[in-house]
Amino acid sequence: MQRAGSGPPLVFLHGAGGPMIGAPFLDDLARHFTVYAPAHPGFGPGQGVEHIDDVVDFALYYLDFLDTIGVEKPHLVGHSFGGMLAAEMAALAPGQLDRLVLICPAGLWLDAVPIPDFFTFSPEQLVRTALHDPNGPVGKMLLAQFREPSRALESHRCLASAGKFMWPIPDKGLKKRIHRVKAPTLVVWGASDGLIPTAYADAFQRAIPGSRVAILNGAGHLPMLEQREAFVDAVTRFLRR
Amino acid sequence: MKSHFFHLMPYQHLPADFARRYRSVWVDVPSQLYDPVKGHVLYNEYLDELEHADQAGFDGVCVNEHHSNAYGLMPSPNLMLAALARRTRRAALIVLGNSLALYNPPIRVAEEMAMLDVMSGGRFVAGFPVGSSMDTNFAYGQTPATLREKYREAHDLVMRAWTTPEPFTFNGKYTQLRYVNVWPRPLQKPHPPVWIPGTGSVETWEWVARNDYSYSFLSYFGFKPAQHSMQGYWETVERVGKDRNPYRAGYLQLVAISDSDARAEAEYAEAAEYFYHRCLHVPDHFFAAPGYMTPKSMQAAKTPFSFETLKKLSWKDFVDEGYIVAGSPATVRDRLRAVVEELHVGHLMLLLQFGNLSKEQTLRNTELYAREVMPSLRGLWSEWTDHWYPQPLRESERVGEPARFVAAEA
Repeated sequence: MQRAGSGPPLVFLHGAGGPMIGAPFLDDLARHFTVYAPAHPGFGPGQGVEHIDDVVDFALYYLDFLDTIGVEKPHLVGHSFGGMLAAEMAALAPGQLDRLVLICPAGLWLDAVPIPDFFTFSPEQLVRTALHDPNGPVGKMLLAQFREPSRALESHRCLASAGKFMWPIPDKGLKKRIHRVKAPTLVVWGASDGLIPTAYADAFQRAIPGSRVAILNGAGHLPMLEQREAFVDAVTRFLRR
Repeated sequence: MKSHFFHLMPYQHLPADFARRYRSVWVDVPSQLYDPVKGHVLYNEYLDELEHADQAGFDGVCVNEHHSNAYGLMPSPNLMLAALARRTRRAALIVLGNSLALYNPPIRVAEEMAMLDVMSGGRFVAGFPVGSSMDTNFAYGQTPATLREKYREAHDLVMRAWTTPEPFTFNGKYTQLRYVNVWPRPLQKPHPPVWIPGTGSVETWEWVARNDYSYSFLSYFGFKPAQHSMQGYWETVERVGKDRNPYRAGYLQLVAISDSDARAEAEYAEAAEYFYHRCLHVPDHFFAAPGYMTPKSMQAAKTPFSFETLKKLSWKDFVDEGYIVAGSPATVRDRLRAVVEELHVGHLMLLLQFGNLSKEQTLRNTELYAREVMPSLRGLWSEWTDHWYPQPLRESERVGEPARFVAAEA
């Protein structure tokens, strides 16, 4: 787990691509918050995914984890698969969190706007679908990582672990529980997200009463990388309000 | 050594430019390409070919399970064996097999297999594959990360259901049953022989060896990759303290027999290319979903396998690389004997129909194998007892030919 900064606690839950340890946006957030960025079990250095059977197990694991490391009422920020976990945690334990930020979260399903089968995507397809600018610096960085054999194996492991909780469709019951979310919630989405289209931003907003939505132009599924400043600004303003 | 006739039942009417026009033969292959009128002919021809193999003296006939594909038209191989149970007399009925994790509850498999064993008078062999990623993860939606655990649990349930003489309760992670009580009971005791098909998964070897099952190495790439896998398997067999009985193993081989070596290409090249270029048109992204392969097996496979490389190969490559054993009966005989001895396998599964090979040519291939090749291989491994071949009822206990109820016209 990466821990950095000072101020109110903020827990960041990464997506299916793997931990984002060392990502600059986490440093930015650490100027205002004490940032905790754990690697999920089954991702990166994280072990023990064999003890977690479903997404509710996973949410309970993280609620216990917060107790164990002595973090009380943190802001919870989750991206994609991590957003699905964050929403589940906020639904299961409404009193244990301060504010909630969901970045392009998975967890809901709209028949009219199906999420593509990203489990079958090649690196090129993934970058093309996920990013606003596949040829920009973020796209180049991601493709370079995929070309490195050890990183390719590692990202395969991440996807295998994520698959345990999202196969074959990332709709695992959040819709029955999401009404329990009481934390003030910000939903952040990249306008060009082809992986989980922005129609899902509306779906989350409808499902969480009082939640706000921030759509960031010039970004896709990784707005914290493609539009780092605008992302950090939106999140920081919401959390410090 | 035993010879078994293996049928995949491919769809034979894919267009010539299939691989260029469509992205996969599996999972999302357009269903408009399937013509049920042609399918009617194919099923009946294929059953004829299997019945012919029984009459020609093959020790067994093999069928297997695949879903949402034009490569093999048997979502339910058990239906095929049911049709064969009444139209064959001698051959073992081998299903390779039922992908246990796909059945809910898995005792469905215990029931259907028991039915086949009883119907056939104990000629049945039970195969339990994990199943391909295309079939299990994509076509049947099974979670890759838990597929193998679910498969193992289902296996335990089926074996207990067959061998426990009274009803019992099963409290599994994937299946809970208050009453497990399979009727009918399998005829063979304690249960039909169990064969486990595999393509080289490291974990499977040890499990098969410890359970005293027979391992069937099913691959279309001939002797060379098989050599690596079978060596690993036999080392595992010895390490866990079992004997080197060759009947602990089976091996699948494409075979194409002609009157002479020179004739083989003209008779079989088109069908072989249909098989390797169209039936095996599987893109990498469907071949192994993330989590389908265990980390151990991923590391053992040094370079990721890709079917795309097959597109560059033609008849000469298939034969030179040993994907297909082809030529005159004498050539095939010598080659197969060398392969079987080197791999140390007791059960040879012959793919004598492949791609769009016609019924006529398939019957001829089968006939040539049965007459010119099989007899000379039969004596191999005669020093070993085959504990993995069915033990049917004695002839006197078995029901004869199906009755005919309409008298022939005078």
